[in-house]
Amino acid sequence: MSDVTYIDAIHAALDEAMERDPDVFLYGQDIGKFGGAFKATKGLQEKYPGRVLDAPISEDAMAGVAIGAAIEGARPVLEMQFADFSSVAFNQIINQAATHYYRTGVPVPLTMRLPSGGTPGSGPFHSQSMEAIYAHYPGLVVVTPATVADAHSMLLDSIAMDDPVIYCEHKFLYRWLKSKDLSGDRLPIGQARITRPGKHATVVTYSAMVHEAVRAAEMLYKDGGWEIEVVDLRSVKPLDTDTIIASVARTGRLLALGEAFPWGGVTAEVVSRVCADGFHLLDAPPVRLNSKDTPIPYHPKLWSSHRPTPESIAEELRKLLDY
Amino acid sequence: MDDNPENLDQSLERNHVRRVFNAMLTARVLENKLGSLYKAGKIVGGVYLGKGQEAVSASMAACLEKGRDVYAPLIRDQAGRTAFGEEILDCTRTYLGSVKGPMRGRDGNIHRGRPAEGMLAMISHLGAAIPVVAGMLLAKRIKGELDGVVGATCVGDGCTSTGAFHEGLNTAAVEKLPLILTVANNQYAYSTPNDRQFACQDLVDKAVGYGVRGHSVDGTDMLACIKVMNEAVARAREGDGPQLVVASMLRLTGHGEHDDGSYVDAALKSSGLGRDSIEVGIKQLIEGGFASVEEIEQWQQDAAEQVQQAVAIAQKEDGPDPYKDDWMAYSNPEMQMQR
Repeated sequence: MSDVTYIDAIHAALDEAMERDPDVFLYGQDIGKFGGAFKATKGLQEKYPGRVLDAPISEDAMAGVAIGAAIEGARPVLEMQFADFSSVAFNQIINQAATHYYRTGVPVPLTMRLPSGGTPGSGPFHSQSMEAIYAHYPGLVVVTPATVADAHSMLLDSIAMDDPVIYCEHKFLYRWLKSKDLSGDRLPIGQARITRPGKHATVVTYSAMVHEAVRAAEMLYKDGGWEIEVVDLRSVKPLDTDTIIASVARTGRLLALGEAFPWGGVTAEVVSRVCADGFHLLDAPPVRLNSKDTPIPYHPKLWSSHRPTPESIAEELRKLLDY
Repeated sequence: MDDNPENLDQSLERNHVRRVFNAMLTARVLENKLGSLYKAGKIVGGVYLGKGQEAVSASMAACLEKGRDVYAPLIRDQAGRTAFGEEILDCTRTYLGSVKGPMRGRDGNIHRGRPAEGMLAMISHLGAAIPVVAGMLLAKRIKGELDGVVGATCVGDGCTSTGAFHEGLNTAAVEKLPLILTVANNQYAYSTPNDRQFACQDLVDKAVGYGVRGHSVDGTDMLACIKVMNEAVARAREGDGPQLVVASMLRLTGHGEHDDGSYVDAALKSSGLGRDSIEVGIKQLIEGGFASVEEIEQWQQDAAEQVQQAVAIAQKEDGPDPYKDDWMAYSNPEMQMQR
């Protein structure tokens, strides 16, 4: 059997969800005959007539339409062409979708797919990571799959969930990340995974940075036999604080790693929770590593220094281990 | 598009007219009471009234069928809510903070609804309901349940300046959805007059740009409103796509009860736009033989009793208890973080 990529996993999950439940439909720009900017919906309009709808360039209305359909009992999967453009739909997502169950008792079973994160040459407006912004709002679930199997099972779980889910899929992983098949441990949303066990320090991260963290961990193992534990959050809301604290209890050292901007965000949340609940477990001050605090640059030379790399992660880990 | 479909209801059916007026009257009596309660300090938060817009609001919602159609009322749609079939108790409980109201104290005043019954609970962001109604209709289409169904919402002149209005109406037009979008041009958005809000000659001109049918009506004229709404809703029901209805009138109150509306141009108040649609409606009922003076007086008394009762019930009920509220923002309890 040929390898399946991360984007194949997304396509397969959409296909399975539509096959399983006639209430599932897809809505987004260029997703019909064209198959979507990243081909996540290729062939689905032909297979499911009337259930894969091309939207006008109206992100705010797209989100509103998906919310209305969800209130009515359908299960819309909304594709934002890029996570960056979901800023236009921000009002509908945070004020309408996020508040609806709390206010009215009627859930909004909506999945919004956000093609997220940086790729070389994409520049400031096709590279953003929006997970922290959405995770801030009560009522939203925010997932950030890092593996092919998670991309598949977590999309199915997101679509089956009655609450609105922001599904952050990393564009850098689309075609680069491959697996033999789609099978995996099928952990539920809300549960983190120990991707690589270790005992000297913990890296808590998510999405594409899981793979960079594993590379850094391998470098340190070769360097001096350091065993670095890598925790993949899988979902940033809810955040699996138990797994994080348990890991820090084993290692005594924490690096919170993310690709998003450094002010606030997921890494700050992780550090704050570990300090509050596990201060006594720490043998060194916790460290955060994020992107630089500038817009995301276009040129590959600038971009690859803007985000954390295996080298910069390994450097932070060495400092942490030396403390 | 057929300009003269046979089954358009152009007639003024007696019971329908009486039903519209009753909703208008009940709303006025209820809103007068809400104003008094606010001034007496009995209501926490704002009070937003629809005085002057009752004819437009009620005549649209009276064409809808609860349980089948979708309705998204806005800030000045008490009359429409009543015409759609919202209980007066839903209003008084929400304004007075009863835990038994549809919002259970989690939201207040006009931010209330029963989405499971087809009536959305508005958020404060203008135009936001337009695509949501469109989405509800789209879901019905996908489920094969759209035949003969319509969705309706009402916005103000200020809303026509939002991106949400543009995106929502355009999207509904692209999907040819049976949406009735009424713009109640009450001349002011809070304190901002029309000439600082838009530059087109008439808001109904926008219909052409969106490829939808436009309707204009004098919003102070109850019978005219009934005729136009009957037509717009009937056209949407039979597949003519979105209908943009622009009704003109003057807001006969402040933006909210905290606002005296002193900025409203005196010339507008004495113009035709400043007519009270309820006074016009009473005249039309009597002259058209739809109701007698005695009947109208009786309706007024009935409305006052209903309102009094609904206020008394809500006032006796408990407010929400922070120790009993489940504080759940998610239907799936596994997703709720405790802090």
